Amino acid sequence: MSTTTADLDADSRSAISKLWHNREARSVILQILTMALLIGFFAFIISNAVSNLAAVGKTFSYDFLGEPASYDINQTLIDYTSRDTHLRAGLVGLLNTGLVAICGVILATILGFILGIFRLSPNYLLNRISYAFVEFTRNVPVLLHILLIHGIVVHSLPHPKIAKDDFNIGDMFFLSNRGVYAPKPIMEDLFWFVIIAFFIGIAFTLWFRKYARKVQDATGKIYPVFWIGMAAIFGFPVIVYLVTGTPLTWDAPVFGRFNFQGGMVILPEFMALWLALSLYTAAFIAEIVRAGILSVSHGQWEAAAALGIRRGRILNLVIIPQALRVIVPPLTSQYLNLTKNSSLAIAIGYMDIVATLGGISLMQTGKEMETMLLVIAVYLSISLLISAFMNWYNQRIKLVER
Amino acid sequence: MKKSTLFSAAAAAVMAFGSTVATAATLDDVKKNGELRCIVSTGLPGFAYTDANGVYQGFDADFCRATAAAVLGDANKVKFIPATGKTRFTLLNSGEGDVLWRNTTWTFVRDADVKTTFVGVNYYDGQGFMVPKALGVKSAKELGGATVCIQTGTTTELNLADYFRTNKISYEPVPIEDSEEARKNYLAGRCDVYTTDASGLAASRAVFDNPKDHIILPEIISKEPLGPVVRHGDDQWSDIIRWTYNAVVAAEELGITQANVMEMAKGTNNPEINRMLGTEGDLGAMLGLNKDWVVKILSSVGNYSEIFNRHIGPDTEIGLERGLNALWTNGGLQYTPPFR
Repeated sequence: MSTTTADLDADSRSAISKLWHNREARSVILQILTMALLIGFFAFIISNAVSNLAAVGKTFSYDFLGEPASYDINQTLIDYTSRDTHLRAGLVGLLNTGLVAICGVILATILGFILGIFRLSPNYLLNRISYAFVEFTRNVPVLLHILLIHGIVVHSLPHPKIAKDDFNIGDMFFLSNRGVYAPKPIMEDLFWFVIIAFFIGIAFTLWFRKYARKVQDATGKIYPVFWIGMAAIFGFPVIVYLVTGTPLTWDAPVFGRFNFQGGMVILPEFMALWLALSLYTAAFIAEIVRAGILSVSHGQWEAAAALGIRRGRILNLVIIPQALRVIVPPLTSQYLNLTKNSSLAIAIGYMDIVATLGGISLMQTGKEMETMLLVIAVYLSISLLISAFMNWYNQRIKLVER
Repeated sequence: MKKSTLFSAAAAAVMAFGSTVATAATLDDVKKNGELRCIVSTGLPGFAYTDANGVYQGFDADFCRATAAAVLGDANKVKFIPATGKTRFTLLNSGEGDVLWRNTTWTFVRDADVKTTFVGVNYYDGQGFMVPKALGVKSAKELGGATVCIQTGTTTELNLADYFRTNKISYEPVPIEDSEEARKNYLAGRCDVYTTDASGLAASRAVFDNPKDHIILPEIISKEPLGPVVRHGDDQWSDIIRWTYNAVVAAEELGITQANVMEMAKGTNNPEINRMLGTEGDLGAMLGLNKDWVVKILSSVGNYSEIFNRHIGPDTEIGLERGLNALWTNGGLQYTPPFR
């Protein structure tokens, strides 16, 4: 009897060990276990949240989005009053997030490319300045950059009372600790022609580029596509603007009792966030650009030079296309980081989506779960959009193999 | 004995599955932890702020101490949990704190929808405006076009929007996370006006380098009844907080002070005092507290006028008058139901 049980035991044990030693079976078992654990974990969290919400008597509902928000926002890209809904307040915040993210990405890219190229420059001064900037900027947390720049703007720029006399450029531009004030363009009806001219310019340039390439392929003749394009996109609308009788007036800011009234303003909060995010991200982009350029072997330069191509064209036609393949994927994550870091806006009171929907709306309605889920969904969507775009771009520039 | 271990084992098992949070009796939790977790402001002079030794002081902080004295018999068994205007209800509702004494305005939505319970009003306040004297502003109606610093996530933000809209005045809000930051921005000239509860304005002004350069405008644009808050659904605990506050007010009315409470606790010929101080009947037991709970409160922090005068009264730097917060017998609103 005892021997048989022992045998059985040994049999089953060896069956398990057999299964375990089979690589495929093992990987399936491990995957099933991992999935089960994951599902169990999330099921636990969700059921816990649901029961806790029920225990304090809170309901899960998005009805509050349709109610008046009752608070004011100081930077709105679309019309907004305190009588508008929480949803619209959230939209205002979303647009503010988008504004700072887009402006940040543009400035960070330009600065990053310049710094990255400086870093490789044989000029000692440029090289060291770029090195020092990159190391300082990327080794200090971005929140500190934001607070530092905001502090500098608010504490060292002059009060509007002083700015109206001393920091005044032609009674049009004013620099103060309440922001940079500039005249606001007011469109008249005829200005639509200028806008149409601008789009015609773009369409013409796209067509002309194709045409120039065809001519070059056929005859070898090279047109100055860049300059002709510039003339079409910017020169043509300027001519239309002058012909239609300058249909644009400027509303300059004027100092009232407390503040400048009218005109456009860049608030210190926007400035601080924009500059801090751009500088911080530019430092990382500079290193990515440097790595990208260094990844193209020197032989490429020499080979192109041996064909008699000019230096500028070597860079444009040979080096940069190859470097971009290395640069673009990590650049994507920098853009994502910048966008997500913009949520630090709350520290200085820039009214982004976290400050409006995830901040004041949350507080006034007590809907933590609902608003946070919405904010998470928004960031996720923005990030996925940026990723999708960058993946498309990466696909376009990647090595075409035949 | 056996019963209680069995019960606590069961309770521990239930807690481990994390399905019951709000139904647990707060009183038992506080007694078990041996300390009261009290949510206060991150720093508002006079109400709740850390002194040079890093110890929380102030009007609200003393109400925390009074609660700890009533429940645990020791006013020092308080763990202060600083919260911003935005985090306070989340901290309370998630069970990070037991009670909120953080100049919090009692509103309908907060009471009904945020699922918190307001148990009293320890300070009747209203929203005001502070401006630098140099601006020459005499009334809030003159503030058209001004830049206004506000603490975000507070009722003041909503009052402000309503006030300026109904008076058809334009303004630019500058939302700021806490009162310390708001003071800095106001002093740096980022905004012309700082608005919050009038008590908060007086408290902020008291710590300025030149308090005399700033004036508080006469308009009070809202009702801000500030009081303690607990989670929904624990009636015993809300009774304890309510009657802690009531005891402090009743003590002023009955003339019991920090100095004479021990003497009076030996017995007086006023039956209400005797009931409060536990020499007659046992009111404490009805709340689940010791007989001498009021004695502990008063001997550690004193009555309402003592707390008020110590931290925010006319003789302090903050210099607030009793005003609405005088006893009802002196024409104010501080009133307590009888101890019987």
